[in-house]
Amino acid sequence: MNATVLPRTSAWPRRLHRALLILIAVAFMLAFLLLPLAVVFAEALAKGVQAFLAAIAQYEALSSIRLTLLVAAIVVPLNIVFGVAAAWAMARFEFRGKAMLGALVDLPFSVSPVIAGLIYVLLFGAQGWFGPWLGAHGIRIIFAVPGLVLASVFVTLPFVARELIPLMQAQGSEDEQAARVLGANGWQMFFRVTLPNVRWALLYGVLLCNARAMGEFGAVSVVSGHIRGLTTTMPLEVEMRYNEYDYVGAFAVASLLALLALLTLAMKTLLEWRYGDAIAAHAPGGR
Amino acid sequence: MTLELSHLSRRFTDYPALDDVSLVIQPGEFLALLGPSGSGKTTLLRILAGLDYPESGGVRQNGQDLLAIDARHRKVGLVFQHYALFRHLTVADNVAFGLRVRPWRTRPKRAEIAARVERLLQRVQLQDMANRYPAQLSGGQRQRVALARALAVEPDLLLLDEPFGALDAQVRVSLRRWLRELHDELGLTTVFVTHDQEEALELADRIAVMNRGRIEQVGTSETIYHDPATPFVCGFVGKVNRIAARCEGGKLVAGGTMLGVDPWEGRHETAIVYVRPEHLAAASPNESQAWPARVRQVFRAGSTVHLTLEVATLGRVLEMDVFEGERSRGAWRPGMALRIRPRHVIAFPDENAPIDCGNREHPIIASSVRPIAIEP
Repeated sequence: MNATVLPRTSAWPRRLHRALLILIAVAFMLAFLLLPLAVVFAEALAKGVQAFLAAIAQYEALSSIRLTLLVAAIVVPLNIVFGVAAAWAMARFEFRGKAMLGALVDLPFSVSPVIAGLIYVLLFGAQGWFGPWLGAHGIRIIFAVPGLVLASVFVTLPFVARELIPLMQAQGSEDEQAARVLGANGWQMFFRVTLPNVRWALLYGVLLCNARAMGEFGAVSVVSGHIRGLTTTMPLEVEMRYNEYDYVGAFAVASLLALLALLTLAMKTLLEWRYGDAIAAHAPGGR
Repeated sequence: MTLELSHLSRRFTDYPALDDVSLVIQPGEFLALLGPSGSGKTTLLRILAGLDYPESGGVRQNGQDLLAIDARHRKVGLVFQHYALFRHLTVADNVAFGLRVRPWRTRPKRAEIAARVERLLQRVQLQDMANRYPAQLSGGQRQRVALARALAVEPDLLLLDEPFGALDAQVRVSLRRWLRELHDELGLTTVFVTHDQEEALELADRIAVMNRGRIEQVGTSETIYHDPATPFVCGFVGKVNRIAARCEGGKLVAGGTMLGVDPWEGRHETAIVYVRPEHLAAASPNESQAWPARVRQVFRAGSTVHLTLEVATLGRVLEMDVFEGERSRGAWRPGMALRIRPRHVIAFPDENAPIDCGNREHPIIASSVRPIAIEP
């Protein structure tokens, strides 16, 4: 958002450095981001639009899309609730174990998603700690939708909280105290002051969380059981099709997934463009 | 409405923020809480606002226990040091906030809120800024928005935390005169916190000087300035020269010069006298009781000249302020010798010397050792 304006200079070493840095950045972008993206769409359409549409119209593909959207629809709200609660606690209160909570929030970033998935299998799987009890009561978590949700929640836990904590800490609680003295009750204070103050950070967190929830592979793969049409999300469907040498099918689903990611990115850019001034005005420094 | 603060104490983990503070605030009064940072003045303000609570002591408002009332129901207007304006709301919405969050039974009608907001914005001279956001305003404008927002709820008590602290010097002076006018117009009991003694002296009806969680003195600006009750008040309010003196044979003597009679009649051997720079004056040649001095530096600030003087008999440098009239212009030069004498001194018994009477913990305000202002 804040471009640093370098003084214009004619000294050639400086110009050379600049050109070199830009070249490296652009080359990396092309090679590692744009090229693969282009390949995904090219492969998906390799046998024509008909084959692409047919691959997507299959029952398994549609059900994986539905499942992915369902998981995201459950995971994102849970994340918002947890993220806001954690950020509020961290930014507003001093309590024992605060540093610990801060470290725990980051845990999913440092633990391999596969291990996250395995934890849930060990807890809720047929041979797991709670497995027999769950089995006796007819509750399925592993190899079912609840497992997918749990694994996705674990993996996406830091996104909203990590966006909000530094912002809320920087903003302090004076605005909320002002609202209080002006007669606002707890809900009014939260919805009229706290939430608007962090709304852009919250939105970024939600977008990132959503992208991860839809794209997560490792943790979900462990708990899914790969039951076609029942527990395969889009990333899993892509892998299964690829392993079955169904390249058009795999890349067709992959291209949809990429499209969802691009859509998220576009939304973020649009919001930044549309409300750029407001976001700048809401930055902690812009008091 | 009279506010009675009695024996308030508040401890933070490592230091006492308030230590047995009692104070009566009169209706319609403009009171300053003056003190250095960490003296407890902001804590006191926050307790009045309901954002902090004392461990002991009470606050009564017309005989009613104020501490039992939640911050939202206290009818207190608070202006934060950094204003705490809601940055996602326009100026008008900020001002209307306190009215809009009322329960629907007591909430004014939409049109009435709009009318009230407009009146308030007119009062703070911001009627053209109603649709701006706080980020688009200058510091002085934000301050006035914060004030209008606090006044919108028609408070019984207005609290201001370092109201001019974040403003530049020029805006500060004009805004504080404006605030004083507004106060005289509204007649609202107002308490403001400041570390700037000039601000307190100029604005307030009464000043409570605070130090280390205690109130050292409460009084009008004249009293605080001319008759400080404690050495701290004397040193904190205005510039002052601190000079060691002795009590000898019924006289108060410093650097071989008699300053006056011993106010304690021999009960103390040593004393500290405080002389304000403007209370030092050049002595006439035939005056025997004066200090010989040499001008070290001359700083001209308009009509006032600030001098630093070396006084050999005291073994120290004193500051002296003189008025430079048309006739005496350019008369002060570094290196010139003269004799000076204080026109007014404030003497306290030396805190570190043994004291033969009074309470050892608070020797200064023990009744028998009251400070004496001496007019030679």
